[in-house]
Amino acid sequence: MSALKIKKGATSHSAYDLRSTFGDEIERHTLAVLVENEPGVLARVIGLFSGRGYNIESLTVAEVDHEGHRSRITIVTSGTPQVITQIKAQLGRIVSVNEVHDLTVEGPSVERELGLLKVAGKGDARVEALRLADIFRASVVDSTLESFVFEITGTPEKIDAFADLMRPLGLIEIARTGVAALARGAN
Amino acid sequence: MTRQMTGAKMVVQALKDQGVDTVFGYPGGAVLPIYDEIFQQNDIQHVLVRHEQGAVHAAEGYARSTGKPGVALVTSGPGATNAVTGLTDALMDSIPIIVLTGQVPTFMIGADAFQEADTVGITRPCTKHNWLVKETDKLASTLHEAFHVATSGRPGPVLIDIPKDVQFATGTYTEKKQLKSRYQPKVKGDLDAITELVKAMEKAKRPIFYTGGGVINSGPAASQLLRELVEATGFPITSTLMGLGAYPASGKSWVGMLGMHGLYEANMAMHDCDLMMCIGARFDDRITGRVDAFSPKSKKAHIDIDASSINKVIRVDIPILGDVAHVLEDMLKIWKSRGRVTDREATAKWWKQIDEWKAVKCLTYRNSDKTIKPQYALERLEALTKDKDRYICTEVGQHQMWAAQFLTFEDPNRWMTSGGLGTMGYGFPASIGVQMAHPEALVINVAGEASWLMNMQEMGTAIQYRLPVKQFILNNERLGMVRQWQQLLHGERYSHSWSEALPDFVKLAEAFGGKGIRVSDPNDLDDAIMEMLAYDGPVIFDCLVEKHENCFPMIPSGKPHNEMLLGDASTEGAIQAGGAVMV
Repeated sequence: MSALKIKKGATSHSAYDLRSTFGDEIERHTLAVLVENEPGVLARVIGLFSGRGYNIESLTVAEVDHEGHRSRITIVTSGTPQVITQIKAQLGRIVSVNEVHDLTVEGPSVERELGLLKVAGKGDARVEALRLADIFRASVVDSTLESFVFEITGTPEKIDAFADLMRPLGLIEIARTGVAALARGAN
Repeated sequence: MTRQMTGAKMVVQALKDQGVDTVFGYPGGAVLPIYDEIFQQNDIQHVLVRHEQGAVHAAEGYARSTGKPGVALVTSGPGATNAVTGLTDALMDSIPIIVLTGQVPTFMIGADAFQEADTVGITRPCTKHNWLVKETDKLASTLHEAFHVATSGRPGPVLIDIPKDVQFATGTYTEKKQLKSRYQPKVKGDLDAITELVKAMEKAKRPIFYTGGGVINSGPAASQLLRELVEATGFPITSTLMGLGAYPASGKSWVGMLGMHGLYEANMAMHDCDLMMCIGARFDDRITGRVDAFSPKSKKAHIDIDASSINKVIRVDIPILGDVAHVLEDMLKIWKSRGRVTDREATAKWWKQIDEWKAVKCLTYRNSDKTIKPQYALERLEALTKDKDRYICTEVGQHQMWAAQFLTFEDPNRWMTSGGLGTMGYGFPASIGVQMAHPEALVINVAGEASWLMNMQEMGTAIQYRLPVKQFILNNERLGMVRQWQQLLHGERYSHSWSEALPDFVKLAEAFGGKGIRVSDPNDLDDAIMEMLAYDGPVIFDCLVEKHENCFPMIPSGKPHNEMLLGDASTEGAIQAGGAVMV
């Protein structure tokens, strides 16, 4: 493993351009794809990934500009540098895709994901779950005498870590949004 | 001033405004309003094909032989699904075509209505872009954008799905000049990269131009500039199957087609060159052979309008993103302004080496005076037709490779073959499209009997429109290429690779109202070809050829360029297990 190997969930890096584009190591990249919000555009993007055998680790999509009919698709994908370059080029040639940004390469960025976790339990486990939720700054959005639904926001790793802790305390269901990401700074 | 009209009328109006003179199609319930409009005008000729696949291939043939987009019109459901092969074919070979499909009315979409299919869903992966138009007001602008998308950047097929109620309803027609498309691909190459390539050209000792269909797609100017550049530098040039004719076969720098069944000298030159200039080609697996042994000593430059073609298969040192004609123009300008430098001494030595490879005469075959060898049939066809205003189509298989080896092309847009998808059944309908575009020209479809049968129903179209297309069938009663691979790879177990119960092609031609000619004796061949050429109408030429001829030279799968098999070579164990999976 090289020093530049990006760990799962790492948000940004600066030395990427120095690397050969034909390395063999699998990298994880977060892509922001700005598209025309028109019927079928998500199918085009997903179809590209399945048709050409690329990975999707997470995908989020929502309209971000109602007047301009623009949606933003955030895709976390993994592959060799050559495959990542191919993915960007292939996305770029879809007619309804306006811009493709590789947030992993283009500078520092922030990545956030929202998770909802249902934890059922009584007694000490229930108290412990609440205490850990406090540490993780998760909030309680639903509560019964025997369960909580926690809402947690953070990097995918933070949500992983929180879920791991909740598992022995009665985690019964989890829903995650996938990653939303933006470049840091004024531009 | 805005014009109000029905959606159906908009279709016809937009086609006229886009300069369309010919549409290939087949009517059905969901396109009846459009057919009603076609009936009431005379500017656009509609050609009734016999199967929707034929319509799309005919549109491809029209497009490839003219450089203009081809248009096909089919109905919903089965009409659309039958168009899928043609769309995929056009996508793989970057052919600009516009396919219009009817759709069930918008209020019935999703209800499993009669002849409903999710056409945009089915065709999304096999079109460059597609649209389902749900409002008549948007129909005209979508039609204009479709032509723009199909013909700009890397060309390709587009599809517009038009529900029947949208065709009936009245809306506002958007004029062609009002179109502001978001799709604006970059055509100018980066001047720094081009300068880097020119510097590499100046220093190159063993350079080669490796050109492809992108040169032809870029338009006549690209071929002209390519010829100028090749003549001025004196560098050797090879081409893919798709690029034949961009540089003339009679040109002094021509070393022939490269690839799996390409010429020995072309493949050896690719393997040993020190500067490879890939222009509008895409390092297809039929070209590269084994990727890790592909041209190991060369610096590689790649000019392509599609960023996703660059570094997809082969890593290149000088990538140039742009349209071939624009980049070649800049290349020539920069090379000239820097003093037209090449290493004349080294390239003379390089040419000497290439001439030695040429002396191998890799296309040599053992002729016979008893049976017609397919190569001989094509040599005679070439000799008797090369001075004519000639267009060649092919089907897919051995005959296709022999046609590429033994026929010569002096100009672009004269050679229509299914390269990327390898569609058996392409050639006959394509020849119909070509003949519609060039009524006075000689249009020949070089075919195998098995491929030809796949779209033989188009004989009806050829007869109806009096299209004198010549169907030159090299009949070996085998699926020749399949048989060849079974011989080389599968222990000579010829599983289902022979054509049993073939029709009598002469009677078949006559049954349709055309002319049939059969020839089996090499001594009768010339007269038979002359008879075919003299007949003013569709001809099925049934040329009974040697049944077990193999197509050589050949780079076996999984082998590099310098391990070609030549004719009559030992083929025992030529392909190992690793290569066998590579098709």
